[in-house]
Amino acid sequence: MNRYLLYLNAKRCIGCHGCEIHCKVNKNLPVGPILCEISHEPLKNVRGVPKTEYSFRSCYQCEDPYCVSICPTNAMQKREDGIVFIDYDACIGCMACAGACPWQIPQYNPATGKAVKCDYCIDRIDKGLKPACVTKCTTHALKFVELQEF
Amino acid sequence: MGKTIWSMCGMCSVRCPIKVEVDDGDISWIEGNPHILDRALCPKGSAGKALYNDSERPQTPLIRRSGRGAGNWDPVSWETAIDYIGEKLERIIDKYGARAIMMSCRGGPWADLYKAFIHALGSPNFTNHDSACGRNVHHASLSIYGLGRKGFVYDIKNAKHLVLFGRNILAALRVAEVNQVMDMLDQGGTLTYVDVRQTLTGVKAQNFFQVKPGTDYALALGMINEVLRIGAYDKEFVDKYTIGFEKLEEFIQPYTAAWAAKECGVKEKKIKSFVEQIGADRPKVIFHPGWMLSRYRDSFYHSRALQILNVLMGNIETKGGQIFAKGPGDCGVKGLRTLDSQIPKPEEKRADGVGWKYKHFDKGPGLFHLFYDTMTTQDPYPIKALICHRHDPFNCFPDPQAQKDALANVDLLISVDTHYSEFGWFSDVILPESTYLERDTGIATQKGPKPRFIVRRKAVETRFNTKPGWEIYKLLAERMGVGKYFPYETIEDYWNWQLEPTGFKIEDFDEKGFVSLTDKPIMYDRENLEGKFKTPSGKIEIISSKLEDAGLPSLKPYEPPCKPPKGKFRLVFGRSPIHAHGHTINNPLLNELLPENTLWINKRVADRLGLNDGDLADVVSDTFKGTVKVHVTEFIHPEAVYTVHGFGRQVPLQSRAYHAGLSDQKLMEGLLLHMDEAGGGLCLCEKFVTVRRSPRNPRRSVEL
Repeated sequence: MNRYLLYLNAKRCIGCHGCEIHCKVNKNLPVGPILCEISHEPLKNVRGVPKTEYSFRSCYQCEDPYCVSICPTNAMQKREDGIVFIDYDACIGCMACAGACPWQIPQYNPATGKAVKCDYCIDRIDKGLKPACVTKCTTHALKFVELQEF
Repeated sequence: MGKTIWSMCGMCSVRCPIKVEVDDGDISWIEGNPHILDRALCPKGSAGKALYNDSERPQTPLIRRSGRGAGNWDPVSWETAIDYIGEKLERIIDKYGARAIMMSCRGGPWADLYKAFIHALGSPNFTNHDSACGRNVHHASLSIYGLGRKGFVYDIKNAKHLVLFGRNILAALRVAEVNQVMDMLDQGGTLTYVDVRQTLTGVKAQNFFQVKPGTDYALALGMINEVLRIGAYDKEFVDKYTIGFEKLEEFIQPYTAAWAAKECGVKEKKIKSFVEQIGADRPKVIFHPGWMLSRYRDSFYHSRALQILNVLMGNIETKGGQIFAKGPGDCGVKGLRTLDSQIPKPEEKRADGVGWKYKHFDKGPGLFHLFYDTMTTQDPYPIKALICHRHDPFNCFPDPQAQKDALANVDLLISVDTHYSEFGWFSDVILPESTYLERDTGIATQKGPKPRFIVRRKAVETRFNTKPGWEIYKLLAERMGVGKYFPYETIEDYWNWQLEPTGFKIEDFDEKGFVSLTDKPIMYDRENLEGKFKTPSGKIEIISSKLEDAGLPSLKPYEPPCKPPKGKFRLVFGRSPIHAHGHTINNPLLNELLPENTLWINKRVADRLGLNDGDLADVVSDTFKGTVKVHVTEFIHPEAVYTVHGFGRQVPLQSRAYHAGLSDQKLMEGLLLHMDEAGGGLCLCEKFVTVRRSPRNPRRSVEL
């Protein structure tokens, strides 16, 4: 059962793409991999005002992730709290995970020669902090939500 | 072991307070100061680390070896560079006097340093970029309130209605301000947006007016007319604090909502319903008077009209309105000591004519573009040296070729900057300043209802042979024999010297990176604002005696904009939240998100020209041509084409930005001296360009 969720309050999002950079800088990523993305539909005229809404996408942290089962070295793992993360010591950069993922979420990091993906900033979460994208979101439109069972 | 450094961002000119975490001498984390910004930071702010790590920036002082702009540089030591400059400046002073030296910057809280240097040399010629930015707004504000454009802060968060004319506030991205806008919207406030195209600010608006390019002033006049017609203004406030209201009533007669609707290409009904809304929302209605408003030939009067609307709303010194920016004096604290105040003011008249030829302009930084005229005509005297601090006139002002022609008469060009600017690449000496993460900076005052002192502190050691500004000007001043005006050896000396009159110590900044000068916001008594308006009459001057004395009307009759000649389009420009104009185009991470700009063009027009979204188009002015991908959209006026400013850079050592995208300012041929006579701002949206399908769109490829 996934414990966490990244939620975008689209009303507050201004489409500045800050989250994408906050993420990259925190993970020390070079030009190439981008682990989360803000996108929007083409503008549409709504009662005289051209409008659009932003959406946020990163790893879906699947319940039954194909990337985990295909990984030949067991580097890709799913934690009890639902986070799918990479054990970088075990990763050999074969990128089978990207091929198995319906959305090609895992990406190749040319700086390390290994795969990389959104893991909700696992190191920060374990320190009681929030993911980089949420912490520094320009307008605090992104929220890190802890799901509760009814 | 990690350490925390309180500092100020330097990626754009907003200078957001930041907190930097450093581990083993390297930056591990940058966030907005949690006490002020609740950790929020924009994309540029995070990409500061990539700037620090980038090697495509000047790494040591450089002296030009062959022709200007050829890119042959001798890397030299600081001693050699300072001595080279010293000798050249001495020769210029001997032959032409100190007045032949001019200094430009991009304003901001640390301008004291550069201003002090040029004044210490004995030259009055201090200037900045503002005639291509906010001069019209500044002068409009001065003419109405006697206070410059920073005389008020806008309490957007508590406003009920924010009205933006082409002020793309969410893309301009001042983090605190953007959050105020979003808070206002969350609390049910209304946003009205006016532009020639839709923007990422406009998509949040409830009211959107897509106006014909160049008719903003008409719409503002129509709004004033309707406000007066239905009596939706604060009569008491107007009676008490303004002069010239009767003249406004008379002047505004012909400019009805119906007239404005026709002129601007919007619906009369929409203007009327908007005015009804603000009538109900006032006084918590803010008409943003514009930021970069060097656009049309009537931009100054447009900004004045917006300020008149603010006054009619009675939004001064009220929650959700315009609040007087309070300084240390309002908190019973003495201000920071400044270097410039210790230096005798040069008595020489300014070479740009401001203060004697143009008496209605603010003498402070004058008007940079007028110096180009002086360089060419040598009237009133020659200009022989130009120092640009963190300022790239080739990026900021129109028509770089015309600027280069004028600069042929100038013997010494110096660029002090953290990166290669287009001007720097053309100049004679580059003095590389350390990036904001690698340098300390003097203490700054941030005014507002809760004023504060704030400091930037160095987070990491310099990667290259660069120096901070405070040291560069100290070295130059020492070499020029005026070192006594820079009474410090270390940054700590400088801070303590600045702070001495205030009673604070630099240690007071250790806890949060700033010191608040008051616990509670300071508000003046709105019933008792006498003496707060610094106009000659002490009132809000709808009719400005200063303008009238200069032979300029306070209320200018509207003249319609020129229609684009057949087959041409009005070139307009703007910004993206990813980039800070030309400054960040080469930043690896920001470049990755926005590596080149596009040309926005109306769908119907594009169809006619045979252009599909993503096709390459040639954009041609008189002699300059750029080629760029088009973005075809129905949400831009058919008379205009739009692009993000800052691209089309031609510094070979910036490999990522080199020749990427389109440069709007290079297309603006002939606009360098095209100034709004009343406001001093340039008219940067007065260029018409031809757009055609580029032959570079591949049809066949027949290479061997």
